[in-house]
Amino acid sequence: MLKVKNLEKIFYKGTPNENVAINKIDLTVNEGDFITIVGSNGAGKSTLLNSIAGVFPVENGTIILDNEDITKKSEYKCAQEIGRVFQNPLAGTSPEMTIEENLSLAISKSNNLSLKWGLSKHKREIMRKHLEKIDLGLEKRLTTKVKLLSGGQRQALTLLMATVANPRLLLLDEHTAALDPATAIKIKNLTAELVNENNITTLMITHNMEDAIKMGNRLIMMDGGQIIYDIKAEEKEELTIEKLLKMFEIKHGGKFNNDRMLLSV
Amino acid sequence: MNLSFAITSLEQGLAFGIMALGVFISFRILDFADLTVDGSLPLGAAVSARLLTMGMNPFISLGAAIIAGGFAGAITGFLNTKLKIAPLLSGILTMTSLYSINLRVMGRPNIPLIGKDTIFSFIRDLGVPYPWNNLLLLILIIVAVKLVLDAFLNTQIGFALRATGDNPQMIRSMGISTNSMKMLGLIISNALVALSGALVGQYQGFADVNMGVGTIVAGLASVIIGEVVIGEKSIMIATIGVIIGSILYRFSISIALNLGLAASDLKLLTAILVIIFLSTPRIKKALR
Repeated sequence: MLKVKNLEKIFYKGTPNENVAINKIDLTVNEGDFITIVGSNGAGKSTLLNSIAGVFPVENGTIILDNEDITKKSEYKCAQEIGRVFQNPLAGTSPEMTIEENLSLAISKSNNLSLKWGLSKHKREIMRKHLEKIDLGLEKRLTTKVKLLSGGQRQALTLLMATVANPRLLLLDEHTAALDPATAIKIKNLTAELVNENNITTLMITHNMEDAIKMGNRLIMMDGGQIIYDIKAEEKEELTIEKLLKMFEIKHGGKFNNDRMLLSV
Repeated sequence: MNLSFAITSLEQGLAFGIMALGVFISFRILDFADLTVDGSLPLGAAVSARLLTMGMNPFISLGAAIIAGGFAGAITGFLNTKLKIAPLLSGILTMTSLYSINLRVMGRPNIPLIGKDTIFSFIRDLGVPYPWNNLLLLILIIVAVKLVLDAFLNTQIGFALRATGDNPQMIRSMGISTNSMKMLGLIISNALVALSGALVGQYQGFADVNMGVGTIVAGLASVIIGEVVIGEKSIMIATIGVIIGSILYRFSISIALNLGLAASDLKLLTAILVIIFLSTPRIKKALR
């Protein structure tokens, strides 16, 4: 469903600071795949996700989503088909607006904006149902301004907003990295739940090796702007952290250098 | 302060209150400090006054002012979203160009409207005596503007507009163009400011090319006073606050004049007022 072909992204091209962030990547993602992405600092994980999301133009290659070439589409146009959650738990919601107003924008995402009321009885019912699922009691706080929520609550809301319109693709960029451990576990469980329930094709960057192995059906390891391993199904189920690190050292010719990742091993 | 002073302040507060609602949209909703308003207020007055001298119906001249103001906002929006000129500078550029345009529209620096048919004389001729004709009409117009604005800000597009100023990244993630939203917000904002200019022109009986100086500061003062006095719990309350803020602002100006300040000192006074209100939260924090 997602085909990335010969993708190349170079930052500061033609200057002494030139940096090849993505070096001719090919990747085919199948319908329903839940892929975890790991790699050392500067491996190009976030750049890959940002390229797919249309955040910046790429130097070379094509990105095809469901037979549609989205390589040159702008960020907001890509977002009509793609849900995203960022590392910063404050990035995905509007703090001065209420929970119901935020959710309303996510629910009307699939339609064109119009001068219809942003809220309605029917919409509130849908919202309550969705909020009950994430089990944080937010369904009773529809008119609370989002700025009053904790980081974990805001990230849960963001995750719900990213998935509620059934996107074709969900991109998660270390979306639990900024949360405390207990909240991070909750958000991870919620992620698995929402993704499975709606069968959303997902790419998730994580610095947590254990999550990368446990979650999803496929694991990609990146290094130096390339995909060095693409581990699927049964092979993935037999993975351990030690194996994964060893595999990395073989290809990379040196130790794994993602400081945060090593700490979490 | 005598009664006529109070009535004048109230009338001015209402007429300029629509401008303050426009500033509320750019400054608070869009988080865009838009200086275009110093040009779009006299633009509204200029367009309306010129059309009145040509014998146009005064109500229709208000519509023309609204459209002209919308255009001014669109130009600032274009400079900012397409040419990527910083918000502040985009507004300054449009404001500066509007000075020349306003002179062109009027054909001279000042158009007196004494003896011309205005919306206020129209109501007076229907049998509503002065000053009730002014008050009645201004209240009707500002209440209508407020209600329409409240309703708009609670539509899907209105939600998107509010989120654009609050968290642009979020609005892009929702598949909405922040550029279109900024454009829309600036058009609505300056259309309201121009409407206010047209009303002020008809109310005070002349349009002047220099009447826009300090509009942004007066608008900010109204918005901030409203927030302090009334609050900003919801959009409906915030817009009431802006209108009350505008009225209180005009009253404080009248009081300052009554205390013997020269009219020429008012701009300084306004600026100081805004500084005090803007810095109050920080000063309170520092004192704690």
